[in-house]
Amino acid sequence: MSTENPELTALLNQNYQHGFVSDIDADSLPPGLNEDTVRAISLKKNEPEFMLAWRLKAYHHWLTMVEPVWAHVAYPKIDYQQMVYYSAPKLKPTLNSLDEVDPELLRVYEKLGISLNEQKKLANVAVDAVFDSISVATTFKDKLLSMGVIFCSFSEAVQKYPELIQKYLGSIVPYTDNFFAALNAAVFSDGSFVYIPKGVRCPMELSTYFRINAASTGQFERTLIIADDDAYVSYLEGCTAPMRDENQLHAAVVEIIALDRATVKYSTVQNWYPGDKEGKGGIYNFVTKRGACRGVKSKISWTQVETGSAITWKYPSVVLQGDDSVGEFYSVAVTNNYQQADTGTKMIHIGKNTSSTIISKGISAGFGQNAYRGLVRINPGATNARNYTQCDSLLMGDRCGAHTFPYIEVKNPTAQVEHEATTSKIGADQLFFCQQRGLSAEDAVNLIVNGFCREVFRELPMEFAVEAQKLLGVSLEGSVG
Amino acid sequence: MLTIKDLHASVDNKAILQGLNLTIKPGEVHAIMGPNGSGKSTLGNVLAGREGYEVSGSVTYHNQDLLSLAPELRAQAGLFLAFQYPIEIPGVSNVYLLKAALNAKRKAQGLPEVDAMDFLSSVKEKIKAVDLDQDFLYRSVNEGFSGGEKKRNEILQMLILEPSLIILDETDSGLDIDALKVVADGVNSLRSPDRSFIVITHYQRLLDYIVPDFVHVLANGKIVASGGKELALKLEDQGYGWLDNA
Repeated sequence: MSTENPELTALLNQNYQHGFVSDIDADSLPPGLNEDTVRAISLKKNEPEFMLAWRLKAYHHWLTMVEPVWAHVAYPKIDYQQMVYYSAPKLKPTLNSLDEVDPELLRVYEKLGISLNEQKKLANVAVDAVFDSISVATTFKDKLLSMGVIFCSFSEAVQKYPELIQKYLGSIVPYTDNFFAALNAAVFSDGSFVYIPKGVRCPMELSTYFRINAASTGQFERTLIIADDDAYVSYLEGCTAPMRDENQLHAAVVEIIALDRATVKYSTVQNWYPGDKEGKGGIYNFVTKRGACRGVKSKISWTQVETGSAITWKYPSVVLQGDDSVGEFYSVAVTNNYQQADTGTKMIHIGKNTSSTIISKGISAGFGQNAYRGLVRINPGATNARNYTQCDSLLMGDRCGAHTFPYIEVKNPTAQVEHEATTSKIGADQLFFCQQRGLSAEDAVNLIVNGFCREVFRELPMEFAVEAQKLLGVSLEGSVG
Repeated sequence: MLTIKDLHASVDNKAILQGLNLTIKPGEVHAIMGPNGSGKSTLGNVLAGREGYEVSGSVTYHNQDLLSLAPELRAQAGLFLAFQYPIEIPGVSNVYLLKAALNAKRKAQGLPEVDAMDFLSSVKEKIKAVDLDQDFLYRSVNEGFSGGEKKRNEILQMLILEPSLIILDETDSGLDIDALKVVADGVNSLRSPDRSFIVITHYQRLLDYIVPDFVHVLANGKIVASGGKELALKLEDQGYGWLDNA
């Protein structure tokens, strides 16, 4: 082992007296990334040998890669040696009452319709015992476990279900996939793990919100969802409440496997800090999300509402391997002020009679830049594959931009591929019409924008959809008039 | 109800309204006619508060300074403009817009939101009056509607909101005779002693169905002639040329 960094070496050699859980809370690694960092993370998480080996391979592969530059986004160069790759969950100071919370934050909570108890939790105000999310979560977990559903943190899964992890980790997004996926594989700290056994229809929406330790997932998150034959699960990621984080780079990986006739619905509402009005200080969200429809008649559906982050780089994709499998992508991406988003999907048709649907709605306001980038590939064996793509862009004001980069590769003559794209502007005419009917300018914008996004919102679980509509209103506040 | 004094409006330094005066009492129907480019539509837009005009003069509506109010406040105070070219709002259902508009008005009046069931039955009744199928309630606002359907949809909005001052901006343009009757019936059903209308039109034809109390001729941004409904017939017969010598 390297001895270049005495601090690291000391850390690696220290004895764990209290079990790894309490140790995690205690310390963090110094900035910088080398083989020792990777070893230290794996050791701190008490991982089996195969995990360390995999992380190290990922790290060495990452060293050979260069950061991608093809996306339609611009940001200052990231110094990967200046970052901290492992740190204990930061404990925010606990406040005594909501009176001590930033009033601006409270105003946003209010507009989003977040309950008082939830506001307190989000702002880290001490809450009464009734609103103890851990006990709520435990109740849910017991119910799920009785049906054989596993829903736990990634770390816990590595300890308890190493065989499932070893079988599926990296099988959809290998560490060789891209620069950020390789980085994530080497240094990811935690995430979520879901397994739905054969024939089980998960009785509730699984939300990270109810997962124990959800607060500590950190900047490199990894999620693995496995739906066995005839299983069904709906998974919710994120939160409409504004999320602030001192880690600027977020490089998450999500892998989904759907076996025969299984269905996985994955919904995201992403509202990371977008930076201030000049675009300073926002989160870079560079995410790799991919699902594989391994089984016949399986289905994976991505729905995302992206309103946060300074930069979003994200292409939730589906590999349609099983015959008659279905892939769906429904997306709303909002860029306001100086936000930039380059997002879209890939639908890779391999099996026969596979079909995919892509509905992408991009909304640009202020100086925002919004790009849709999508690939539809029909492989030679994908007889009778079908795809329908619709990309709509809505511009607010004349300083923002919308860009569409569709790639279509068809290698089977029986394929049917449709692509439609529109760009429209919230016109003064539309606004005036709504105002003449008595709506305020703000309500008018909400009405028009929500109409534009309706096809995506109706794919979201009911409660999420209501929150997403409000969130859009808050994100676009002040962008008109 | 409405008193307009010395109203001027210009766009990019081009004067359109140049000292217009008009007084409208409750229950009256005023027709505004005039050649193309005389400022008829500008009058409707300026009264409703559309942006983009330099405006001076005074307009008093129900004892309020109308020009100082934002467009939605004017609407909430009972001013309604039926658009010459109704716009489309994709993804927003007609019934949703109607309800949002009605509730905005009720809120301004300090009333609670309308009961969902009461609202639906009232809308279903009123959509029959404009001869549109109920399906139109659930279609996106004006999207894919024919010209006549759009105009009838405007009248539906008017029937729901029950405004006190209604401006019809060339609502008759592009309508066949049957649609024209539907629109006129809708308007006439709202005529009452405390409600007034400004009917902007090119053609006397509409005024056979919506009979005005006064007819005004607008030319070069001013009212150059006023009279009873017979004035409209004279215009139909002789055109606007005689006014230049008047």
